[in-house]
Formats: sequence, structure tokens, C-alpha cells
Amino acid sequence: MSPLTPAQFAQADAIIAAHRDTQGSLITVLRLCQNIVGYFPLELIGHIASGMNQPLSTVYGVISFYSLFSLKPKGRHNIRVCTGTACYVRGVREVLDRVERRFGVKAGGTCEDGRFSLEPVRCLGACGLAPVMVVDRDTHGGVTPDSACEILEGYE
Amino acid sequence: MNASGKIDRAGLLALRGREKALLDTAAPRIFCCSGTGCHATGSIPLIAALREEVARQGGCVQVIETGCNGFCALGPVVIMQPGGILYCKVRVEDAADVVASAGGEPVQRLLYRDPAGQAVASMHEIPFFALQRPWTLRNKGRIDPENIGHAIAHDGYQGLVKALFDMAPEGIIEEMRLSGLRGRGGAGFPTGLKWKFAAASPGDVKYVLCNADEGDPGAFMDRSILESDPHAVLEGMIIAAVAIGAHQGYIYCRSEYPLAIQRLTVAIGQARELGLLGENILGSDFSFDLEIYQGAGAFVCGEETALMRSIEGRRGMPRPRPPFPAQQGLWGRPTVLNNVETLANVGRIIRLGGGHYASIGTEGSKGTKVFALSGDVNNIGLVEVDMGTPLSVLVNDIGGGVPGKRTCKAVQLGGPSGGSIPAHLLDTPVDYEAIAKAGAIMGSGGVIVMNDRTCMVDMARFFMDFIQDESCGKCTPCREGTRRQLEILTRICEGRGEPGDLRTLEDLAAVITDASLCGLGQTASNPILSALRHFRDEFEAHITDKRCPAKRCVALLKFEVDESRCRKCGLCHKACPAGAVIWAKKQTARIDREKCVRCLACFSACPFDCID
Repeated sequence: MSPLTPAQFAQADAIIAAHRDTQGSLITVLRLCQNIVGYFPLELIGHIASGMNQPLSTVYGVISFYSLFSLKPKGRHNIRVCTGTACYVRGVREVLDRVERRFGVKAGGTCEDGRFSLEPVRCLGACGLAPVMVVDRDTHGGVTPDSACEILEGYE
Repeated sequence: MNASGKIDRAGLLALRGREKALLDTAAPRIFCCSGTGCHATGSIPLIAALREEVARQGGCVQVIETGCNGFCALGPVVIMQPGGILYCKVRVEDAADVVASAGGEPVQRLLYRDPAGQAVASMHEIPFFALQRPWTLRNKGRIDPENIGHAIAHDGYQGLVKALFDMAPEGIIEEMRLSGLRGRGGAGFPTGLKWKFAAASPGDVKYVLCNADEGDPGAFMDRSILESDPHAVLEGMIIAAVAIGAHQGYIYCRSEYPLAIQRLTVAIGQARELGLLGENILGSDFSFDLEIYQGAGAFVCGEETALMRSIEGRRGMPRPRPPFPAQQGLWGRPTVLNNVETLANVGRIIRLGGGHYASIGTEGSKGTKVFALSGDVNNIGLVEVDMGTPLSVLVNDIGGGVPGKRTCKAVQLGGPSGGSIPAHLLDTPVDYEAIAKAGAIMGSGGVIVMNDRTCMVDMARFFMDFIQDESCGKCTPCREGTRRQLEILTRICEGRGEPGDLRTLEDLAAVITDASLCGLGQTASNPILSALRHFRDEFEAHITDKRCPAKRCVALLKFEVDESRCRKCGLCHKACPAGAVIWAKKQTARIDREKCVRCLACFSACPFDCID
């Protein structure tokens, strides 16, 4: 079974049609298309490649190069933990360790029950609040191993 | 103003007059910071609550949403005008009191308190603000970034008017050369010279690019500038376009900065509507337009040739130079790429003259520099000082020193391409050459203060992990060399270091520096070399004695309580998430190794450093 519904394919087609004739628009198209399903199933990559009239290898090459793009599905909630220098100096490593242990999720992976994806990211530019953790769209500053777990308990 | 809503030179002047009159009223105004940092601490509901309160209490108090104020750690920050009264950590519950205090007595409990606990009313009396010279950040915290009228009231686009109507392109370039402005992205190349090369390149199609891909960990100057004063950046780009004869520009911005992208989008729309962008700018015969291009998360895309490839929609890999982008850049056309902070300086330099700018700073480093001060320091935030200011002023006076009973061990400058300056060299002035001499680089301006609990070997490993992860893989020295360096550093941190390791690290560093294709690889070994230069004994302690002097490297710790030093306070017991610390009142703590998960919680909790 294809992971994409016909409606989702139609959405992708609309994005491709709007950008096909603009020079250098592949990354923009990929960014917008990823928002449809949250990641890139193989069918979608093929669809974009033929739509943009580019070799599959080129499109795959771009997807695998940039950290914004994911080839794996995400959990219901996405935890982004900042691993910039300021956060590191202020103990983000311990936060990451504890979250990994507490929720049984590895950095870069997803919980077995699909509750959380854990994504260590490079500097979010909110160093004043270090260490910083972003859950979905909520930013939490000054987290400790304890408070991070407590915050995450609030997301089902 | 003509029928289409576009303005000309005289129209802009008239608009400035009207906007100035609006801003210059003595009526009380509340400026609430709405930058990324304050958003995270709750400024969005706070602004809504303040507006509700104003409506409820009546009166003519204006609530203005501003960009990043710079005092990030104490957010949400509110400034009351007139008077410049600063409120910190304001909650929604405080809204009624804040509004009621407008134009009257300040709310004591919300004032900033100095380290002695004394409340300070005016922001101009707080060292954090008093010791700065806001030049690039002149509009932070005092304009609404989504209101072009505010920017114009504070002389926005006046430099552009001068450049468009009163100067020849050569004159603009000469003024920039005179100012001595050097690229604030890190490399410090003279901006005037860069523009001169691009202007001299033949061709009808040229590009002006803005590098807003601020990827250095610990740096957030560009984000703050874009969030607080996007029009300053646009003005700089248009002036650059006039100088080199470009008609199209791109702002390459990280997708990790959604608020900056949103504010830029609004600013571009407003500038277009007024006729500051697009065809026949301000009624002249010059046309220029620009677009935002969102990055997709690759540190190497901050490198100019890689950034251009990324705009072309490809993998962001650098290419050898020459040809330089000033001759062959984006799509093979002459291109000027400047960083956000550099561009934010341009409008004001043209308006006030290059000589004025050059009168600030040192011999080789002119003007001011914005720093993002973070890490183990009391006042975290955005700081702008004259070039030549000693680092100690930055860390101790503006930053308020290191919190707790810890001491400053080193200051890390310049991100992964930079290095650490040890505490005893803190009188080093911020000046491109002086900082390089001390073993770091100015870089984009991230300043991370590290206390005595920081392990320099671990930090070197941290930066190498970053570089290795972000290496694009195109050239072998960078791809393979940094990986080997990371392996060695990891071994050392895990207590498996060998006597020849430091020599190997240095040999690898020499090859990677010489043979890499782009700046990322050429500077990749700097964190290691600088750590080896100033903290070699720490590396040796790890390798020879299998000991981590800063007690950070988990594999080298014994997780034992030193009974002679234990004060029996039980803080370690409270902090342990695994129940491994056994303690009872008036008893020495003991760690059960079976249960211990080696998470370092007890180390952080113990105020007496008695766990080994």
C-alpha cells in the first residue's frame, strides 16, 4: 500500500507545478512537500523527481544532504534538543541522556510506541535560555534532566 | 506619493517627519520584547494581557512589540518609556501593575536587581546596557520590526537616499573602504574591497546575497538583528546593489529561525509597497528586488560557494576558488555575499560617512562588534561594544561574571573554527589581530564563557563531533581527517588515550588545515590546536594519569564520595535519579555502584566538589 493518499499526491503536484519553472527551486519544493507527510517515503521522492524532471539520484542526494529532510517517519511529538555550545556547557548532555533512558528512545530515533521522536539539533540561537528543548512548537528553556522529563510527561 | 502608493525622495522625507512626530510624544509607551528568547519565556500572552489591561484601565498608553532586546536570560523584558525603566521576567499576572505604573512610580518587584540585590530602575544604569555602544543594534527594543514607519522615523533608508541620489557607485565603495568595515561573518575581509571587485567584474546580471545562515553554535547576533531591525539589512543590501550594479538579491536564511523569516517577509512586503524595493526605487532609475531563500540545515552552507550552490537547488558543497564569487558566483554571475551584521552597518555608514565609523575602534578593526554572550555567565545576551574593548569587560562587567562559586576557566570565541582564550589572557582586546594572536578568532561573535567545571578535552571533542558531522564530505582531508581526530579525542575522553595521540592530532591538523577545500576544513582543527596550546596538561592528565581534572569525562570518574570532604548535606542523594546515593541525616553519603547510572547528577548537585 502506498503511504500517500491521492489527496496528498495532489498536494505535492500543486507544489511542484508552482515551482517547476523557477531556477533552483528543488530545495523549496522538498521543504514544502515534506510538510505533507512529515518525511520522504520513496514514492514521494520518485514523484518529485519526475515532476521536477530531475534524476531520482539528484533528488535523493539533496534530501540526504540536508538535516531538515528526513527519510524516516516521525513520532507523534518531535523533541528537538539543542546541542549547541552554550547548551552543552550548561549540561544538555545529561538532559539528553536522561530523556533517552526515561522514554526508551535513542537520539535520532523514535519511541517504539511512536510517542516521541528525539532529534538533537545544532544551535537554535536561543543561547540565553540554555539548555533548550523544543517539543513540537513549544520552546522550553533552562531545562534540567528532571524538568525535561516532567515536561515530556505532559505530551501523550 | 503617487497613485500606486509608492513614494519618492521627498515622500520618504515627509513620511519620516510624520513618523518621528508620532514617536516623539511624551505619552507613556510600553515596549515589550518579542524576540525568540522572550517568546519562549511567555512574551506573546504577556503582550496580549498588556493590551487588554490598557483597554480596561483606559488612558493612552501604547504597547509596542519589539524585536530582541538582548537581555535574553531575564525575559520577558519590558521597557517603559519615557524613563527607560526596565522590568525583567514579567508574567501575565503582572500586566495590571505594569500598565498602572506607566508614567508613574515603577513596580519595585519587577525591577532588575544587581548582584548586591539592589533594585536598578533605569536600564541606562545597568552595566549590561550602560557599557555597550549600540550601533548595529541601535533600534533594538525601541521599534516595532513589523512597522516600516518606526524604522523610517529612526532614519531608516536615509543612507539609501544618499547613495541613490547624491553619490556615484564608486563614491559608495570609496566610503565603505574609508569606514574600514570588515566582514562580520568571521573572515574579516574588507567590505569595500569586496564590492570593488564585484563592481569591476563585467556583466549585466549581478547578484547581492545576504548570508543569514548563522550556524555557529553559541551565536545568535544575526537572528536578533533580523528579528529587531530587518529594514537595516534590506537597506544595506539595496545600497550594495547600487554600488555593484545588481538588480536581484537573495537572503539565505536558516529555517531554524522561523521568527526571523516571518519578520523579513513582512519587511520585504512593506518595502516593496512603499517603493523601496522593485522597479524605479524612490523614483530613481534604479531597480532591485530580493527574495528569501530558506536553508535546509547544513552548517557548510555558511561558506560562500556552498551557499550559492544551495540557492541553485543542489547539495551545498563548496568549490575551489578562484574564480572568486565576485567574478563568478551564483549561476556563474558576479556576486557579492555579505553577512547580516555587515549589511546592517551599511546604511548608517553611508548616512554618517565612512570617517565617522572609522573613528570608533582600533587601528586594524574599526567600528563596533556584536557579540552573543552565553554559557557560564550571569548576564546572558546580546552585547555590542567598540572594537578594542578588553574581553574582561565583556565577561565581568557587562556579563556580570561567572555564576555561583565557580571561576572562569576560559572563553570560547568564534565557534567551531575558533578557539579558547584562557582566563589569564582576558585582557585581550576584541580586535581581529589581537584575538588571533591569543589563539582564537573573532568569528561571527559567539562568546561562550566556561567555568572551571569544563573539561577542555571534552570541549575539543564536542567541536570535532560538530565539524565531523557537518563536513560535506567532498574533500578527503576534511571528511576523513576530522573523523580520525574525533576518534582519537573520544578515546582520550574514555580513558583509552595513548602516548603518541597528541602528536598524531597535531600531524592530522597540519594536513587538514593545508589540504582542505574550504574554510570549514581549513579551520576545523582550530579548537584542538587552541586547546593543546593553552591546556596541554589536561590532555596529558587524561592520557597519562587517566584522570579528568575538571571531572566531566564520565569514563574517568570513580563515582566515589570523598568522606573527608563530605559535609553530609544530602544534596547528592536528592539529585540522584536512580536512588544510588545512600544517605541519612548526619551521615556521609555513599554511592551504590550497582545502581549508579553515571549520569553526573550528583556531581552537579554537590557544592563542595567531594565526589571523585
